[in-house]
Amino acid sequence: MAALLEVENLSVRYGDLMALRSASLSVDEGEVVCIIGPNGAGKSTTLAAIAGGVRPVSGDIRLEGRSIVGRRPEHIARLRLSLVPEGRHIFGTLTVEENLQIGGYMLGDRAAARAGMERLLGHFPRLRERLRYPAARLSGGEQQMLAVARAVMTRPRLLLVDEPSLGLAPRIIDQIYEILLELRQREKLTLLINEQSSARILKFADRIYVLRGGAVQVEGRAADLRDGEAIHRAYFGFGTQDSAPAETAA
Amino acid sequence: MIGFLQHLIDALALGSIYALTALGIGLLFGILRLINFAHGDLITVGAYALIVPAADVTARLMIGSWTPAAVVVAISMIVVVAALLTDAAVFRPLRTASPPTLMIASFAVSYIIQNGILMFYGARPKAVDFWSGANVQITIGALRVPLLQLITLAVTLVLMAALTVFLRRTPQGVQMRAAAEDFRMAQYLGVRGNVVIGLAFAISGVLAAAVSMLYITQSGSLTFQMGVPLALFAFVAVVIGGMGSLAGAVAGGFLLGFIVTMLQAYLPPDLRAFRDAFAFAFVILVLLVRPSGLLPSRTTVERV
Repeated sequence: MAALLEVENLSVRYGDLMALRSASLSVDEGEVVCIIGPNGAGKSTTLAAIAGGVRPVSGDIRLEGRSIVGRRPEHIARLRLSLVPEGRHIFGTLTVEENLQIGGYMLGDRAAARAGMERLLGHFPRLRERLRYPAARLSGGEQQMLAVARAVMTRPRLLLVDEPSLGLAPRIIDQIYEILLELRQREKLTLLINEQSSARILKFADRIYVLRGGAVQVEGRAADLRDGEAIHRAYFGFGTQDSAPAETAA
Repeated sequence: MIGFLQHLIDALALGSIYALTALGIGLLFGILRLINFAHGDLITVGAYALIVPAADVTARLMIGSWTPAAVVVAISMIVVVAALLTDAAVFRPLRTASPPTLMIASFAVSYIIQNGILMFYGARPKAVDFWSGANVQITIGALRVPLLQLITLAVTLVLMAALTVFLRRTPQGVQMRAAAEDFRMAQYLGVRGNVVIGLAFAISGVLAAAVSMLYITQSGSLTFQMGVPLALFAFVAVVIGGMGSLAGAVAGGFLLGFIVTMLQAYLPPDLRAFRDAFAFAFVILVLLVRPSGLLPSRTTVERV
């Protein structure tokens, strides 16, 4: 059986910069997979390319075995793949409710969209209280929740989340991960999540990819990577037991 | 005092024309970051569609002789189709181009439309007798107001209200506002980019068609470049109002109409020839005080 999502030898170039060099990864139905890596590793580029926002120079992206490379983002959204981008990208002048509605229009079924919103708001009581507010007036954590809820309004099977913890307090981050886990079960979501830090992710994920310099350094089951040494080595290019790294000093 | 009120009504009528034109330009700028100078030429297209294609100096009405309702529908459809054609032929292939490239392309579209009109209608200005009955004066107290100015103001208010309802209350309108704020994000959520853009071009076409009819009724003459100053003034109105803000475009349009009319009325006769220079000097002053316009759009400021 083919994986839900397969990314094969994906390369992305921004002008002279190779953001992604022949990166491959796969996500099975029902899994939680995390990509971790430092700033500039190519994590956001990977998710944007999968969602159709960035065109790769080479490589293939398959959803349920069918290639989706070169399709427009709005078409990929209709294949039930949704992206929560880095920085949230809330429509600040629209109300919270309108932000959520945007995600539901694609379904072409108003009653279903309204029922979906009602069900989702059960997970986000803060948003329900603020439905009529312009979304720009929400706090950072509330905006992140809105971004997740809005993406789930499209009824995705595969949800890509780019750095949900960025700029948020630890308590809020915990809440967001709790909600993601709830949604995963209730809405039968498969999750592919980017993060910079690995501690929280190791508890949460089934499998992990470490990305650095646009290439996959390490992949494996989260349970096998829990001691952190392999991740540390992949993330920084040297291990915790090594002496001062000669190559990074240069 | 009566004199000033008379001028004020003139200012509202002229401001209405600028505001409608500015809305058409502002709408496309909001979504595409396109400063569409060809918008003025769409107005020209709507005006020339009223008459029989011929090089005669006195124009004979063609569509313009139909019943008013049929004229409104036909002209609106023609201009909407023209607007959609400019998108399909020029702007859609340039979807990923930078804003300056888009603006240059709009100049090209503008020249192509003007030369197309030259080919079929000739270069000489034409006198046209279209709905001239609307130019009667009606008396309100001590004021004598041309009926057309009231119609212009009423049409403008109705179109602005309709656009507001569309943007606030309909799914397409909400998607359009979302796309104007963050086009890529809207696409990630399944909003069809080309549908939203096509709809924006269609709406700008309806607005241009309205200006065509109102403007021709008032001026009674046609030239192949008649839309150019309208687009220029409307663009200035958009800038005064705050790029990317539709309310700003309307406010800018009315402010510019007010400035131009009052300068025309109160400048010493010797200086009236330089009316537009004074008007634009005032615009510079406005921008010195409020560099991002009267009602700046928060999203544009963030993004620039």
